[in-house]
Amino acid sequence: MASIKEQFVVPGKMKTWAYALIGVGVLSFFIGLFTKGMGTEEEKAIFLGTIMYNTIYWTLICNASMFFLCATTMAWAGWPAAFRRIPEAISVMVPIFGSITLAVLLYVVFTHNHHIYHWTNDAAVAADPVLKGKSGFLNVKFFTIWSLLAVGLWSFFGYRMRQLSSAADDAALGGMTGAEFIRKNTFRAATFLVWFALTVGSTIHWLWTMSLDAHWYSTMYSWYNFASTFVSGMALIALWLIYMKNKGYMEYATDEHLHDVAKFMFAFSIFWTYLWFSQYMLIWYSNQPEETIYFKHRVQGAYKGIFFLNLIINFVCPVIILMKRSSKRNYTLVTFMAVLIVFGHWIDYYQEVMGSISKEHVTLGWFDFGILSFFVGAMIFGVSKALASKPLVPKHHPFLKESIIHHT
Amino acid sequence: MSKKKFVVGCFDTEDTLFPAVKKVRTAGYKIQDVYTPFAVHGLDGALGMRETSLHTAGFIYGITGTTTAISCISWIFTKDWPLDIGGKPHFALPAWIPIMFELTVLFAAVGMVLTFCYICQIAPFVKKHHFHPRATDDLFVMVIECTDKTNTQEAEAFLQSAGAIETKTEIAEEGWWIGRYDRDEVPFGEKIAVA
Repeated sequence: MASIKEQFVVPGKMKTWAYALIGVGVLSFFIGLFTKGMGTEEEKAIFLGTIMYNTIYWTLICNASMFFLCATTMAWAGWPAAFRRIPEAISVMVPIFGSITLAVLLYVVFTHNHHIYHWTNDAAVAADPVLKGKSGFLNVKFFTIWSLLAVGLWSFFGYRMRQLSSAADDAALGGMTGAEFIRKNTFRAATFLVWFALTVGSTIHWLWTMSLDAHWYSTMYSWYNFASTFVSGMALIALWLIYMKNKGYMEYATDEHLHDVAKFMFAFSIFWTYLWFSQYMLIWYSNQPEETIYFKHRVQGAYKGIFFLNLIINFVCPVIILMKRSSKRNYTLVTFMAVLIVFGHWIDYYQEVMGSISKEHVTLGWFDFGILSFFVGAMIFGVSKALASKPLVPKHHPFLKESIIHHT
Repeated sequence: MSKKKFVVGCFDTEDTLFPAVKKVRTAGYKIQDVYTPFAVHGLDGALGMRETSLHTAGFIYGITGTTTAISCISWIFTKDWPLDIGGKPHFALPAWIPIMFELTVLFAAVGMVLTFCYICQIAPFVKKHHFHPRATDDLFVMVIECTDKTNTQEAEAFLQSAGAIETKTEIAEEGWWIGRYDRDEVPFGEKIAVA
């Protein structure tokens, strides 16, 4: 263990980059606030919507890394042990990004901004049998409570997982104490997963993004968004893993671990497409106006280009490029694909949210990338800080040996 | 149907098997195969076997399936017998994708299974020689193919020094033949040992 670099030190250059990106983000937020946020109702909706999809996307992909940890824990998978501090560090961002998300969303619903959430307009709901039928679920009170609970409990259960993981740093976990550690870890992972299923697996997407089209619904929607955030979460883990490897840390994580992470990126890109297609094909086939309304302006209107770009980036590229075994073990290719996937699903979220708020005009521009740069900067800053706060190897984790000798 | 002479060595753990494989190969013996009760990770590499091309074959079968599906359906629905189905266009790609996908999987799966059977020479009623019955139970059985110049006693002694718990020399059929185990041979009976 002596030769292992156990402690990550945040390089100065990284800090500079993070501050610069955050700076660009904050600057564009203020410029956007004065140029768009103070304008007409429509401009305001675009301003808020842009922040909304960014913050929702980043909250959920950071949360996906905790899902990855919990799911592998439940499966008793040993292989992530060598690099599990990376997803742990990424999930530290959930409370931070979650608070931003809550602030934005609650601001939108409490100001009854019906340009974004049509169902917050009481008069419109009262006159509309469809929305009246949904009002037991789609109302400000339930939205608020459920969103607060979702972010709060993701953060809390994630914190409990990370806290237990720290126990593997100090005391030796042999025999019975090791078994007790695994039992506790499994239990805590299970509680997280139950809550994850009730939120990311279903309701949160209905509330946060599907309700942008208040009349429209799709049973595929939540799974589709879960796949979207999970695959980009895996890409984020891959990026950090490669970064750490390049800096000479994480000696125990080898090509085999990267191969498995890249397999997740590959497999869940296809899973995402499967759900994308299932949603699209059924609506296309049955051709009912109340369902096709969602796709009308996306496939045939202003969003046509982005709609198909989305499919090319998130399906065609991963399938062709990541199919070969050797490309899943190639650091450069996996880095490229991970950046492409994170960007691609950001575009996916863009067309999902903005496609409903600004139906006639594609608003993608400097403001979107400015807000994105804030979240990228904050993520780099927060995750590197979290990585530096703990030893990189859970020395006494019962599965560490299994992870070190892992091969595929 | 050619009979050959083999030297057989049995090992009881993987830990002795791996160094033994290395030693036997460096000593210049030709290992015909190692029969193990379960798939041993890394053994193919230790034996110096090249990576299988089965997945490349699978990819080609898959592409064949996709092509078959798209050409058949598009020909039928646009040229041969165009039907108006729910007002959809004749070239209704989204509706065909599931079928294209299924045929891709079907061709790839069936093709790969048949290719695998062909490469490994397994089929109903195709029979191959068993070097040791316990290879299906708890022994790792290494089989060395002898040439005219191989000294079998020396080879057996070498295997024993490498950790084999049991060695023997056999003259056996190296390929496959059509037959049934219950008719013409008792599979787990005594083998004819040749000195």
